[in-house]
Amino acid sequence: MRFIIVLTLSITSLFAYAQFVTGNADTKPSPGTIKQQSNPKPMLGLPPLIIPVDNPQTQAKIELGNKLFHDKRFSIDGTVSCSNCHDDNKAFTDNLPVSLGNNGKFGTRNAPTVINAAYNKVQFWDGREPDLESQSKQPLINPVEHGLSDYKPLLTIVQTDPEYVTAFKSVFNINEKAITMDYVAKAIASFERTVLSGNSAFDRYYFKGDKTALSEAQMRGLQVFLGQGRCVSCHVIENDQALFTDSKFHNIGIGINQIQQDVPKLAEAFLAAKNKGANVDISVLSDKKSSELGRFAVTDVLSEVGAFKTPTLRDIELTAPYMHDGSLKNLNDVVKHYNNGGVTKVGDPVNPYLSGGIRPLKLDNNQIDDLVAFLKALTGSKAANLAAKEN
Amino acid sequence: MSTINNSRRNFIKHSGIALLGSSLPISLVELAFAETTQNFSFAYISDSHIQHIKGAEFVRNWDQGLKRAVAEANLLTPKPDFVIFGGDLAQLGTKEELDHGAEMLSALSPKVHHVMGEHDYYLDLGEYWEKLFGPQYYSFDHKGVHFVVLNSIRTYDEWTYKRWPTNVQRMAEMAGLDNPNGSPFMVGDEQRKWLKADLAKIPKTTPVVVFSHSPLQKIYKGWNFWTEDAEQIQAMLKPFKQASVIYGHVHQIQYNQIGNISFNSVMATAWPWPYPQAYAQAEQYLPKLTVPMNRADPFFERDATGWQFINMANGRVDMHFSLDSNNSRTVGFNKSKKRPEDTVYPSEAKRTAPQTHY
Ligand code: HEC
Ligand code: HEC
Ligand SMILES: [Fe+2]
Ligand SMILES: [Fe+2]
Repeated sequence: MRFIIVLTLSITSLFAYAQFVTGNADTKPSPGTIKQQSNPKPMLGLPPLIIPVDNPQTQAKIELGNKLFHDKRFSIDGTVSCSNCHDDNKAFTDNLPVSLGNNGKFGTRNAPTVINAAYNKVQFWDGREPDLESQSKQPLINPVEHGLSDYKPLLTIVQTDPEYVTAFKSVFNINEKAITMDYVAKAIASFERTVLSGNSAFDRYYFKGDKTALSEAQMRGLQVFLGQGRCVSCHVIENDQALFTDSKFHNIGIGINQIQQDVPKLAEAFLAAKNKGANVDISVLSDKKSSELGRFAVTDVLSEVGAFKTPTLRDIELTAPYMHDGSLKNLNDVVKHYNNGGVTKVGDPVNPYLSGGIRPLKLDNNQIDDLVAFLKALTGSKAANLAAKEN
Repeated sequence: MSTINNSRRNFIKHSGIALLGSSLPISLVELAFAETTQNFSFAYISDSHIQHIKGAEFVRNWDQGLKRAVAEANLLTPKPDFVIFGGDLAQLGTKEELDHGAEMLSALSPKVHHVMGEHDYYLDLGEYWEKLFGPQYYSFDHKGVHFVVLNSIRTYDEWTYKRWPTNVQRMAEMAGLDNPNGSPFMVGDEQRKWLKADLAKIPKTTPVVVFSHSPLQKIYKGWNFWTEDAEQIQAMLKPFKQASVIYGHVHQIQYNQIGNISFNSVMATAWPWPYPQAYAQAEQYLPKLTVPMNRADPFFERDATGWQFINMANGRVDMHFSLDSNNSRTVGFNKSKKRPEDTVYPSEAKRTAPQTHY
């Protein structure tokens, strides 16, 4: 199994998502470069995408990244590629509550979509990595994901597999000995920067004035989203684009509600372990309770207990189940959770760290249905085609 | 990941007193005080304004504010030596409100010392409050520091006993701002006499910290950011080498130095007050004065509210404000300037621009 090249690389997925390409093969990575350029022509509803100057998009690099993203050999048991959990055919998620890694091991968190992750100000539910380049290095060596103990097995493959040697040579102009994780991460990030979604029915309605793009229910649902539902304050819509996130961290009462009594002991133990050098990436993905500390586990800031990053809502219809722990099965359950003021079951105790932005909404059942209908108008044209092909 | 903590540890070692930056990692409290046994910390929660609606119903927003502060204070590592509740636990001083507030506070693991606020007092003049929390004024000693608690929100007897047909109306009149029917707060003769005797027993080198609800300095009368006999109290604190006054009521961050006395206010868990125009004691425009504090965003109910933990380091007070959905702030005692100073907004030139909102 290890030596069979399973390239699920499908050229179709390259065309399925918007892409843009600039420049030629770049030279050595220069970590000091922080200046960024942006693509000139984003899809309807998306802002220009910022591209790091030291990692410009090229067609060859995107293809290399795509291949790396789908290569199952980069795992302890030869079965796990990035696309196991970020599946092109499942809107770059796995549709599982929490992700399945090597040797049947489950992590603690729901796989967020890679779609539009290129726009994230920080990566992961708790924002513990700053960008796509640094993010991709974590799952490879996380014991419940790819499970490698270090990067050596991966580097051996890319330094000896002739296809990779040729590809890295043409993309980065380096010979096989010089291939490091930084180049691998750059190629993967370049691929991920093509995994974008816009031009949804909502975008055509809102940014282009196409009044037929939304159904009556969806138009009413948009009003709930903007008004009584209070969704837009966190899932932001701007005048000319909408990423549906404020890039901030909020405790909205998911996961934490069940472990409220344990938080003081847990927080203390977690900090003690962290002070002794425990790895946050490994701790939060292998221990369910530590996972629920959310942003606090990264910053140690008291007011961020149980706070998670506001995710995008684009293609949301395709990425069930929902929330960082995958605990909400469908969009109706999501809206009800908000309507209850941050508790999934009416009457459950509200957690004390709850965001001041969450309160009971007093939506009636019709408004709830409308809001759910609206959320289904956020499926991008490319993803919609993909979904249609599936069925 | 451990590198982050190491750099923070170094930072704290080199920064002398615990003047922490914009964030408030709890693991630092311990590190800051690892050296001296005399230094300790306590938490300060204030102005929850628990409000009864009817039956078992209370205003959710104020409940959440108090619950949040209690839950966060319980996360401090190591545990604070005690907690001060700074007054205005209730909104209209009723049994229901005080009981409900006391129940939420009972989740705190350290001992709680209570300060009387006007919203707790003017319904029954503190009768039920005393049953729950003990005397209205008292003192205690802790690790070499003398702590005094005053009821600073009393007023003239004529106003208290003769003017109002009902206790409920008396409470309502005192609850308003800029109310011409209101009356200035004061400590009063009885407590000043007691304070004089209490302080007489204390060596002048002992650090003294006074907790009051209203500022023991005169800031703005219309909102009772004011204590009528403030100067007399200040005179009693004057002989001490190190004296500090910490007060609630103002729902905003204030600090000041008058002679040897440092003044610090604490935030409310319920809602923030803006700065009264007259606070500058000169013609001023509000936006300038509000620069250091983000406007309360009405979407985020907890915006511009918070609680604080306080480090006592060598008899001086360093205030750490935990402000939900805002950067934490620290007002520490600057030894060379001999006055409290905000570590983030030390001078106009160095001020951080106000937060821009979408
Ligand atoms: C075993 C399943 C699994 C594998 C394999 C995996 N991921 Fe993930 N991915 C996740 C989970 C779960 C998270 C969320 C973890 C967290 O936030 O703590 C995540 C988060 C991410 C994010 C952050 C998205 C966001 O919105 O913050 C990106 C980007 C990403 N993965 C890309 C990759 C890449 C690239 C690879 C391969 C190198 C990969 N993933 C391999 C499950 C997986
Ligand atoms: C206070 C900010 C805030 C508000 C208001 C808010 N959200 Fe969220 N939303 C978040 C955060 C943070 C998460 C992730 C929480 C978690 O997993 O713990 C989230 C998650 C979601 C998800 C799941 C996304 C996924 O990929 O799993 C959906 C759907 C959603 N929100 C829809 C809504 C709707 C509809 C509303 C209005 C009724 C709304 N949100 C209001 C912050 C907010
Ligand atoms: Fe108050
Ligand atoms: Fe008050």
